[in-house]
Amino acid sequence: MKIAVCIKRVADSETRVKIAADGKALDEAGVKFVLNPYDEFAVEEALRRKEQAGSGEVVVVALGPAAAQETIRAALAMGVDRGVLLQVDRIPADGLVVAQALAAELKDGGYDLILCGKMAIDDYNHQVGPMVAELLGLPCVTSIAHLELQGNTGVAEREVEGGIEVCEFPLPAVLTTDKGLNEPRYPALKGIMAAKKKPLDIKPTALAVGGLEVLAMTPPPDRKDGRIVGEGVAAIPELLRLLREEAKVL
Amino acid sequence: MALRFQGVDFYDADGLLTEEERAVRDTVRAWVDDNVIPVIGEHYVAGKFPTHLVPQMAELGLFGANLPEEFGCAGLNNVAYGLIMQELERGDSGVRSFASVQGALVMYPIYEFGSDEQKRRWLPELASGRRIGCFGLTEPDYGSNPGGMITVAKETKEGWVLNGAKMWITNGSTADVAIVWAKTARLDDPGSIRGFIVPTDAKGFAAKDQQGKLSLRASDTSELVLQDVCVPKEALLPKSAGLKSPLMCLTAARYGIAWGAVGSAMACYDEAVRYAKARVVFDRPIGGFQLQQARLVEMLTEITKAQLLCLQLGRLKDQGKMSPQQVSLAKRNNVSMATDVARESRRLLGASGILAEYQAMRHLANLESVYTYEGTHDIHTLILGQEITGLSAFN
Ligand SMILES: Cc1cc2nc3c(=O)[nH]c(=O)nc-3n(C[C@H](O)[C@H](O)[C@H](O)COP(=O)(O)OP(=O)(O)OC[C@H]3O[C@@H](n4cnc5c(N)ncnc54)[C@H](O)[C@@H]3O)c2cc1C
Repeated sequence: MKIAVCIKRVADSETRVKIAADGKALDEAGVKFVLNPYDEFAVEEALRRKEQAGSGEVVVVALGPAAAQETIRAALAMGVDRGVLLQVDRIPADGLVVAQALAAELKDGGYDLILCGKMAIDDYNHQVGPMVAELLGLPCVTSIAHLELQGNTGVAEREVEGGIEVCEFPLPAVLTTDKGLNEPRYPALKGIMAAKKKPLDIKPTALAVGGLEVLAMTPPPDRKDGRIVGEGVAAIPELLRLLREEAKVL
Repeated sequence: MALRFQGVDFYDADGLLTEEERAVRDTVRAWVDDNVIPVIGEHYVAGKFPTHLVPQMAELGLFGANLPEEFGCAGLNNVAYGLIMQELERGDSGVRSFASVQGALVMYPIYEFGSDEQKRRWLPELASGRRIGCFGLTEPDYGSNPGGMITVAKETKEGWVLNGAKMWITNGSTADVAIVWAKTARLDDPGSIRGFIVPTDAKGFAAKDQQGKLSLRASDTSELVLQDVCVPKEALLPKSAGLKSPLMCLTAARYGIAWGAVGSAMACYDEAVRYAKARVVFDRPIGGFQLQQARLVEMLTEITKAQLLCLQLGRLKDQGKMSPQQVSLAKRNNVSMATDVARESRRLLGASGILAEYQAMRHLANLESVYTYEGTHDIHTLILGQEITGLSAFN
């Protein structure tokens, strides 16, 4: 079983981010970057599949700046066999451009399965996985929360509004992973040391121009101060009225 | 996912770490957030060590992490090892104590003073957490002056017979194996102190938990009694020689404690900052009052100094240039500093600060043990005093 996992270096959701001077990107100074949490589910799933099969290879592919080597090594530390960095100066905003570069890398890899996180926590686009599938002409199931593989067939479950959707698909396929699929392992300390010695192929990558430009990035407006509408049981009617009429959440 | 601790790093000390060192720290940090923080308060109140964490700690490779890979250890450098201790103690001093004892006080002496056979037999077992160890040096009447110990080992045709009592022994009642230090010649000869690997199920060996602890409650502390305990010749650590040997173990453990204390202080500072911003009194967050700001400034300043102290100490250790006196300075400073930070944090938190739901009081109470064990603050003062003046205040 040969599995590729597409991973992305993203700003940690718990670091406070600032917008750069040009108003179009994040200021990366002092920001902590991590492996996109949804991609962690993909890495974990790939490792479990390989472990179950007893043989095979798990390869991570990242498109990103040189610093994304650290992100790749985080996956290698979890147990991935080798990494490929499609090196660019910065990750483009256009998901299609990213998908094209990834698809070109994955096309002749002979992978049985290609896994991606369902989205990156920085741009929330949910695009790259399905686009890679489309470009490779492979079936795709998105946001999977459960996976069974049997021979050349897979069954994946997706949690949809009000129920579970069950999809059957032939391999090879592209799947995007959701929370709940598994509990990603902590990289063992030995794994962190071993990661240094695993192959990491750096490929300078030229990107297509793409059709998307970020014009401006703005922080969300400051939250207004809370208001105390009264105390105890007596305050409930007024609270309900405000929730209904002012906040319009009821 | 539990809330992730974001660290305290005012001077970009992170920039002085390698990628691997940061990766190790972040892994342990995440593990502590997910597995220690949610349960430690309850365990502390119940006076129970969270035993269920041991297999996970072993799986991560936290035991004896700075010992070589050939013995099943992670083979990390000493800065990475220190960062592990920092993060564990950010969770709880009891959890860090467990790892310190297993790694620095049980695995290290076997590695340093053991035969090849002993190393091959014990180190992988201890690294994998299949066996738990304890370190028996202190006796009821010999704490600060272990050289006075009265536990004895007599050589016989078959091996050794041990007699004596040890006290305040971390992990004593849970351990499968004890490193016991005993005199092999006259009682006035500390040069005859040797180390023994004693299985705790040996006949004549008894361990009893000490009751009524108000500190380090999430850790087992026991009394050991050895009555005519017979061990084979191979139980002796062949390269142990005199009081210097257990003191070398203490240096190894104290090194980790110097880092660990910073972890406690970081936890307390972090909690204090959050609370100061959220708690409104006199219509203002208390963080807006100069008195509380001064508290926080003092904490951050001392934490920052201690972090840099540890880092340089670790680099010296990795270069083979660290002296025991340098470790004394760091242990003495950092534990005392962390105790102050914990106390100030507890006070800043007002009444909330006395609850187990918050961390400050637990850390404060824990740190009183840490202040005392592994050489009391006073004893490190004397060690440094001697280093400075060349005059020993001990004798
Ligand atoms: C929770 C806990 C866990 C422990 N775990 C272990 C363990 O796993 N293994 C182990 O072997 N030991 C362990 N210890 C024991 C610890 O190392 C001793 O408690 C410590 O060395 C101090 O000894 P003591 O308690 O007998 O104090 P004492 O030596 O009686 O000291 C009492 C006081 O006198 C001061 N004092 C002593 N000598 C001098 C001097 N010359 N000049 C000035 N002041 C002096 C001390 O600083 C202290 O304030 C543990 C202790 C605790 C509290």
